[in-house]
Amino acid sequence: MIEIRFHGRGGQGTVVASKILADALAKEGNYVQAYPEFGVERRGAPVYAFIRIDNKPIYDKSRIYTPDHVVVVDPTLVEAIDVTVGLKPGGIIIINSDRRPEEFNFPDLYRVVTINATEIAVKHGLGTLAAPIVNTAIVGATIKILNLCRLESLIEAIKEGVPIKPQDNILAAKEAYEKAQSLL
Amino acid sequence: MKEKRRKAQKIIFNSEKEMPIAPMSLGSMTFNLTGAWRNIRPVIDLDNCLQCGICWKFCPDTAILIENEYPVIDYDYCKGCGLCAEECPAKCITMEEEIR
Amino acid sequence: MKKVIMGNHALSYGAMLARVQVISAYPITPQTQVVELLSEMCASKVLDAQFIKVESEHSAMAALIGASLAGARTFTATSAQGLALMHELLHWASGARLPIVMGNINRAMAPGWSIWSDQNDSLSQRDTGWMQFYCANNQEVLDSVIQAFKVAERFYIPAMIILDAFSLSHTYEVVDIPDQALVDTYLPPFQPAFRLTPDDPHAFGGLTSPDHYFELRYKLQKAMEKVPEAVEETGREYEKLFGRYLGTVDGYCLDDADIILVTSGTAGSTARVAVDNLRKKGKAIGNLRIRLFRPFPFKIVRQLLRRAKKVAVVDRNISYGHHGIFYQEIKSALYGFSSIPVFGFIAGLGGRDITPETFEEIVDYTLSHETVDSEIIWIGVKK
Repeated sequence: MIEIRFHGRGGQGTVVASKILADALAKEGNYVQAYPEFGVERRGAPVYAFIRIDNKPIYDKSRIYTPDHVVVVDPTLVEAIDVTVGLKPGGIIIINSDRRPEEFNFPDLYRVVTINATEIAVKHGLGTLAAPIVNTAIVGATIKILNLCRLESLIEAIKEGVPIKPQDNILAAKEAYEKAQSLL
Repeated sequence: MKEKRRKAQKIIFNSEKEMPIAPMSLGSMTFNLTGAWRNIRPVIDLDNCLQCGICWKFCPDTAILIENEYPVIDYDYCKGCGLCAEECPAKCITMEEEIR
Repeated sequence: MKKVIMGNHALSYGAMLARVQVISAYPITPQTQVVELLSEMCASKVLDAQFIKVESEHSAMAALIGASLAGARTFTATSAQGLALMHELLHWASGARLPIVMGNINRAMAPGWSIWSDQNDSLSQRDTGWMQFYCANNQEVLDSVIQAFKVAERFYIPAMIILDAFSLSHTYEVVDIPDQALVDTYLPPFQPAFRLTPDDPHAFGGLTSPDHYFELRYKLQKAMEKVPEAVEETGREYEKLFGRYLGTVDGYCLDDADIILVTSGTAGSTARVAVDNLRKKGKAIGNLRIRLFRPFPFKIVRQLLRRAKKVAVVDRNISYGHHGIFYQEIKSALYGFSSIPVFGFIAGLGGRDITPETFEEIVDYTLSHETVDSEIIWIGVKK
């Protein structure tokens, strides 16, 4: 079982990101369980989304406390909160950022991968620099970095599950996926 | 003239098996003759009746029927509320003491 | 067709596949998405149903009582305070023998204001004459709606489908959405034996004298008593068509279990993980998840628990001044049949998480105690 925690801010589509990822993984026959932070979401406030992935039914309905990996959708959160809480040693921290991984100051037991999802999203007309819609780009990078599923499955999931600008979202996901490939 | 009164009958179920599963028509109005509650009775002076149908419309118990274009009171169900007498524009309905 | 959907939408899809004809509901967190999706389905004609907007849950149930009596298949959903506001009409629906199906998202009762899960909202309605199904995953939520209509319409008893706030209501899981044609063969249109119609006028729900009332209640109870068997039967029928059995209980590793955990809802799913963990450590533990709470499946519960050496009941609820509510039920089921010690634990009130470790703590306690010296063992209270 793989457990991933997403960090974002209310209104950025962090929950949608986990849902798209779940859709893509389900297409390949995986069992998935995706859920938002239990409670009320406020625009701008730090929010969480979680996903469990397994090749057999997932009976554990408790919350995720020790994720295998984390995905940071909003780079400003790295300073605002501790995104490594409970993160298992060896876990990968994927950050949407224009900075290089070594510029972040995380303990050595984690690996940091950065992807400039904001730039990719804006390039494809998804939001603005101030308010980019990065969820499809960040998921595109995530499936490659964590080797979760094929790009085609994600594209299918976006086609079915993203009602606004599906084509631009697909291009953003694809570009992020390919950029991530070059990072590995 | 005092018409012959029907007697209210009780619905009797001999066992639960004869009863419906839901509370429906357990005390059918066919047998529950609420005219027995009445202590004043409406009497219509048909000579002065305008055939307007207002008494028929107002009767809360649908105890006034129209027969041959004139109102007829169904004393099996009339509770004697007096609404018809109150509303009659020709004032041809009077409430009289019920004699049993 | 497999789809990743949240538990709330599993309720909506279940209602859609059951071809409900009248829906009336008032939104409340964490139920909102149930009726949001249903109203969209009605607007887009995916579902040929009347959606009646109302100003309260009390009115929602009142609207369904009228619609159901007129012969429509009816559905609503609510949660916590909304369910409490419906209370009067819950009695009315069951007393009038109307097979209304309702989703209830388990949410703790206020105050303190809470939107998180516990079972006190639905369990406060246990004596209203409604069937209660507690679900452990989104697939079961969807399947239960369809099965509940079948059982409800056979016995003229309304049914509640109950799921935990957030850990099901807002959690996305892979759900197999059955084929409509197949659902239609399982659940034909509702053809009530009695209904409100000008063709055959009746007075419904009128004054009922002591001569009749007693028998009506007797008949409701007698019908309730037939439900557990009917749930198993319709569950097997469902399995034949859709490959998933829907029983009154869901047992896991019971055959050789020394200690059996008795659970419900999502906690009953998490408990399986604990059972696996504990078995790896050589502890013979089993899990009996109660799916049908009303009517209570006494027979099968007795049968399955008698083999154990100890029973540990885990309640996400409490009857103040008494004990955990499932604990009461289990003790009453075993009374006179078995003298094994039954321990009662209370955990997870107001959305406090119930994890596999919670169950391991419960099992540790049960293993280390031979007799019950406290009727409530609190798990996780900060001391």
